[in-house]
Amino acid sequence: MNPRIKSWAWQGAAVIAVALLATWFSHNLSTNLAVRGMQVDFGFLASRAGFDIPFRLVEWDSSYPYGWALYVSGVNTLLASALIVVLASLLGLALALMRLSGNPLAAGTSRAIIELVRNTPQLVQIVFVYVAVLQVLPPMRQSITWFGSIFLNVRGLYLPSPSGTAYDWIITATVVIVIAAAILWRRLGLIAAPRLVVLPPILILGAVIAGFTASWDHPVLRGFNFVGGTRVPPELLALVLGLGIYTSVFIAEIIRAAIEGIHRGQSEAARSLGLTANQSMFLVVLPQALRILIPPLTSQYLNVIKSTTLGAAIAYPEVLQIFARTVLNQSGRAVEVMTLVLGVFLVVNLLTSAAMNAWNRRLTLQGR
Amino acid sequence: MQRLTKMMRRGVVAAMAGGIAAVFAGGVAMAQLAPPPGPTVEAIKKRGTLNCGIDTGVPGFAAQDASGTWKGIDIDYCRALAAAVLGDPAKIKYTPTTAAARFTVLQSGEIDVLIRDSTLTFTRSTALGLDQVAVNFYAGQGFLVRKALGVAKAADLQGATICTVTGATLELNIADFARSTGAKIGTLLFDKAEEAIAAMEAGRCDGYTDDSGSLAGMRSTLKVPADWMVLPDLISKEPLGIHIRSGDARWQKIVFWLDTALKSAEEFGVTKANADQMKSSKDPFILRLVGVEGDFGKMLGLDNEWALRAIKVAGNYGELYDTHFGPKALDLPRGMNNLYNKGGMHYTLPLR
Repeated sequence: MNPRIKSWAWQGAAVIAVALLATWFSHNLSTNLAVRGMQVDFGFLASRAGFDIPFRLVEWDSSYPYGWALYVSGVNTLLASALIVVLASLLGLALALMRLSGNPLAAGTSRAIIELVRNTPQLVQIVFVYVAVLQVLPPMRQSITWFGSIFLNVRGLYLPSPSGTAYDWIITATVVIVIAAAILWRRLGLIAAPRLVVLPPILILGAVIAGFTASWDHPVLRGFNFVGGTRVPPELLALVLGLGIYTSVFIAEIIRAAIEGIHRGQSEAARSLGLTANQSMFLVVLPQALRILIPPLTSQYLNVIKSTTLGAAIAYPEVLQIFARTVLNQSGRAVEVMTLVLGVFLVVNLLTSAAMNAWNRRLTLQGR
Repeated sequence: MQRLTKMMRRGVVAAMAGGIAAVFAGGVAMAQLAPPPGPTVEAIKKRGTLNCGIDTGVPGFAAQDASGTWKGIDIDYCRALAAAVLGDPAKIKYTPTTAAARFTVLQSGEIDVLIRDSTLTFTRSTALGLDQVAVNFYAGQGFLVRKALGVAKAADLQGATICTVTGATLELNIADFARSTGAKIGTLLFDKAEEAIAAMEAGRCDGYTDDSGSLAGMRSTLKVPADWMVLPDLISKEPLGIHIRSGDARWQKIVFWLDTALKSAEEFGVTKANADQMKSSKDPFILRLVGVEGDFGKMLGLDNEWALRAIKVAGNYGELYDTHFGPKALDLPRGMNNLYNKGGMHYTLPLR
């Protein structure tokens, strides 16, 4: 048979099979819902939620609707994901460099950590870290205190929180200017120095100036808990540590493979030109290794975003816990709630994947 | 062309709606007309085991002992039901379900009945499409707190953080209680009770909240139970009971009258030990209960000794309560869970 016709026939058959399966699923769903006198309806999103979310970055109280709970918990999921990605990448790089350092102590330590962490279950590690974190931190009335207004105890890290119109404006303006400058750095060509040297101090300067104009809300121990200020809960800390360490060992192996994939000649040439070992690693080898490691790294980052749902086991209020547990239980709308939760993760992961692919395309060598 | 596709689409929608309507009508017709004992019992008999949905581990209701055997009042209900339907209390497949998954597991048909200290509520009956058959334990939501806190009643918990499990009515009750009294109580939600208890013992929260029956059970699992107390007041009504899928009225009747039989047995003094001798009783209610008079079992689609077998598994309701919550077990006073004529809430419908 003509291979083209053959390939078309196979693809057509696959499309039909998928369509049939989808039809069967939706028919199954509608029949079963109808038998129980139920229907798919997203109207519940506007009903009053009535529950409390113990940790949040955006506004929430129990009078807000269910739909808003998805936003609040979504922000929590994104916060945890971002922190874990940063921690896992830095830790992964450190472990990979230790493993390749040639120093037997460093290489052995790194290897032991990697084997220990990647061969034990993820959820067990997270619960272990959580219980460990809770055991280490002191009880509330014996908090570790810094400067009289920062407290660390088993309930979390309490920080004074700034507020005020001037504060908001200065912070926003600084961030916008720095991001714009970072993107247009070469085109502007104002200073010859690299942007990584110039921009971070500007960011810090802006924050300090803003801090002087703000009114600060200090945490105070009242009754059972500290009142006021911002609180970083131990659940977030445990989730970031647990999942960050778990992911870092996989990233370490990816980085190691990428570095070993760069021809030895590259680092030898760099060394013979008079570059130090560090310079040859960070200026010659790593930038080239980046091209190899981005695609597998993307998969790890996508895994991190999905794995934040394990936070539900240790009471971190992310999408799965707040939406797929509490909201589902209260509203009874299993099909609608699970569709939304899957949709949220799909959108977030597709965006992440698109961003990583764009970065990858920029780094790809022309003509290769 | 466009009109044609529109017509076609309309035709497809009509056909699909017709199909759904036909299935729906069929379902309703089956529920009304199915001869006893109904499709659920037919399926149970064919498979030879009762699929019973239970809790993952709350002493008193359902928990595994050192040898891995399930124990608890909910377990004994499952066994009594299996004895009544299949004639053998051991022919059960237990499915431990989390608070979040339990109703989905029941809706999907994985289990025949859910006996899992679950509160009967309006939403669960309507939005979830379930039948709420009977209450086998009257509870209320209470608090377990450290004695050292010096809290005497729930209203003193202003500003406290309470650990609990997600997917239950517990968190909503706290929010409602806080809203009505103006108190501010934070909640921290865990997947499983064990993790919530571990966090509480580590000092992450000031207390733990659950149904009064479960609280007594969880307190018994703490490292130093004497350091902790259950607050006297309850902030909600939690009638814990039996759920089944809507749509099989025959099955609903069997489960309902099984619960009644266990409670009637206590009322008329029929126990695990004397059940067989009661066949020669002079009380017509007892004779109907143990299957000597009337064709009550046959009317349910079972045989007449269905209730006798159920009672002989672990005893009447009072004996079940005593085994799992009595002075030798969790030591929880009977209170609301006594029979109506002894100051409690269990009022049985007459067997006649």
